[in-house]
Amino acid sequence: MSSLMTRVSVPRGGLSFSWLVRRLLLGVFVLLLVSVLLFLVTQALPGDVARIILGKDATAEQVADLRQQLGLDRSLVVQYWHWLTGVLTGEMGSSLQNGEPVVDIIGPRMLDSFALGLISLVLILPIAVVVGVFSAHQRDSAWDKAFVAVSSLFTALPAFVVGMLLIALFATSVLGVLPGVSNIPPGDMPWWHPAELVLPVTTLTLMGVMYLGRLVRASFIDAMNSEYVQMATLKGLSGRRILFRHALPNAVAASLPAASLVAAVTITGVVVVEYVYSYPGLGTAVVSAVNSHDLPVLQACILVLATAYYVFNLLADILSAMGRSR
Amino acid sequence: MNGNLSVLGRAMRTGQARLGLVLLSVVGFVVLFGHFLMPYAPDTIVGQPLADPDGSFLLGTDILGRDVLSRLLDGGLTLSWMAVLAAGLGVFLGCLVGLTAAYRGGAVDAVLMRAMDVLLSFPEIIFVLLFVSMLGRSTLLTSVLVGIAFMPGVSRVLRGAALPVVASEYVLWARANGLPPRQVLLREVLPGVTSPLMVETGMRLVWAVAAIASLSYLGFGIAPPAADWGLMVGENQDGLSVAPLPVLAPITLILMMALGGNLVAESVARTVGRTEGKR
Repeated sequence: MSSLMTRVSVPRGGLSFSWLVRRLLLGVFVLLLVSVLLFLVTQALPGDVARIILGKDATAEQVADLRQQLGLDRSLVVQYWHWLTGVLTGEMGSSLQNGEPVVDIIGPRMLDSFALGLISLVLILPIAVVVGVFSAHQRDSAWDKAFVAVSSLFTALPAFVVGMLLIALFATSVLGVLPGVSNIPPGDMPWWHPAELVLPVTTLTLMGVMYLGRLVRASFIDAMNSEYVQMATLKGLSGRRILFRHALPNAVAASLPAASLVAAVTITGVVVVEYVYSYPGLGTAVVSAVNSHDLPVLQACILVLATAYYVFNLLADILSAMGRSR
Repeated sequence: MNGNLSVLGRAMRTGQARLGLVLLSVVGFVVLFGHFLMPYAPDTIVGQPLADPDGSFLLGTDILGRDVLSRLLDGGLTLSWMAVLAAGLGVFLGCLVGLTAAYRGGAVDAVLMRAMDVLLSFPEIIFVLLFVSMLGRSTLLTSVLVGIAFMPGVSRVLRGAALPVVASEYVLWARANGLPPRQVLLREVLPGVTSPLMVETGMRLVWAVAAIASLSYLGFGIAPPAADWGLMVGENQDGLSVAPLPVLAPITLILMMALGGNLVAESVARTVGRTEGKR
């Protein structure tokens, strides 16, 4: 997982509405650049897209036909404009694999992926706060040391290793209580199959809690050492009152930017985790689209994932700027 | 420079770092010398698929009937050089961009950092998959792409660390005396940011191992039938309920590598943090 990076844009004279508007406009601009880059890489890279799709054995005539069908013979600007307006109006062409409209493929998978990501996030946030605060409260106890050690291990582990260990533990002969393959039939809502969701959600939640919980722990220790908490102690306020009224809100506020980074990482973490459990979401769609050179599906999936990732990163940016201006 | 070496030395003397070094040496031994110790060729079928461990196959056989121990001993080298190349390239490029942005300032800074913003909005794995789908898969390409994906993160950290150094009097003096920018950057600015550079390098190495292992698990690393720890996990996943060893053995080594690297990197980061705090 990536670290909490120091952001560039710090508002000079406090946080103003116009700063927020400018930040959001810049965000839209960056997203446009992302779409340009995505388009350029997939349409204009050396090597003929039509040739890649058809394979080495295709005749020149077949290649020319497909180029025309894909609009590859028009200028790049025209192609980009056509593609972008298509994406914005939900006309993203059809899959090269089976001719289905891309929207029909992406739609249900988006729902599956975001359900997986959101359920994990709903679990990650409160658990991370409770674990982090408890650990900071019991600082240097055996529990605290164990938590720091385990979380340090998890930040270094690839998600597929965690997923595979969970499968080995819960889905094979050892316990064998949960399905190791999360097959959700097309047309079903993911939450109709809670047992299939348990392991993928647990993997994402474990990774997120270990990362965020540690940051909450650090910012809670900072908050307890701060002057206002020491002042409150000197004034003779009760320990519980200091904990819940003074230290906790500040520690949580300080961890908010990190929480939205965790959200960004969780949304994209679904790619590998979905593959581990063969969960039918955007991640498995990306991997199979790469393997079959299904460009329209690949473009759409990547655009959705990159946008979600960027939006949460932007949120982290804005939250940390707000935190600094307070 | 001497000061930094002593920081590194002090970091290595912590118990945490020692445990990390021990783990890394064990994995390093397997990676470097494993190739000479293999009982069988790693990519030939030598027995029944998914056989239990016995005298001739110490760790059993994989889903195609290849010797798991041989594949394990042979499969770490690719992962290792790919991770080192990716992290090295990412830190080098990020350093170049970050220091240039901090040094030149103004429009150059703005353009470079906005470009990094665009790159940063692609999650690493997605970024790599995007290019692999167009350029075809190769181990070199995958590690270069992971390196490029690391560049924006490194450049942000180093730009932040270099800004105060660039504004310091000795750098201003060097610039006023007409020293060429390359020399100012190399001789005056770079030594001022070695601590964040060490921390970044350590963390990026650990993340590169995770990223490269994940990519070869997904099938975008080395091509089968060659052996690779990530690939072995992917290949043998379907046989997990019958024979856990072909999956768990490579996972153990990846785990040791990641944990060992992380223990060392974290203790370097902590020692650097403590030393910088005193200054």
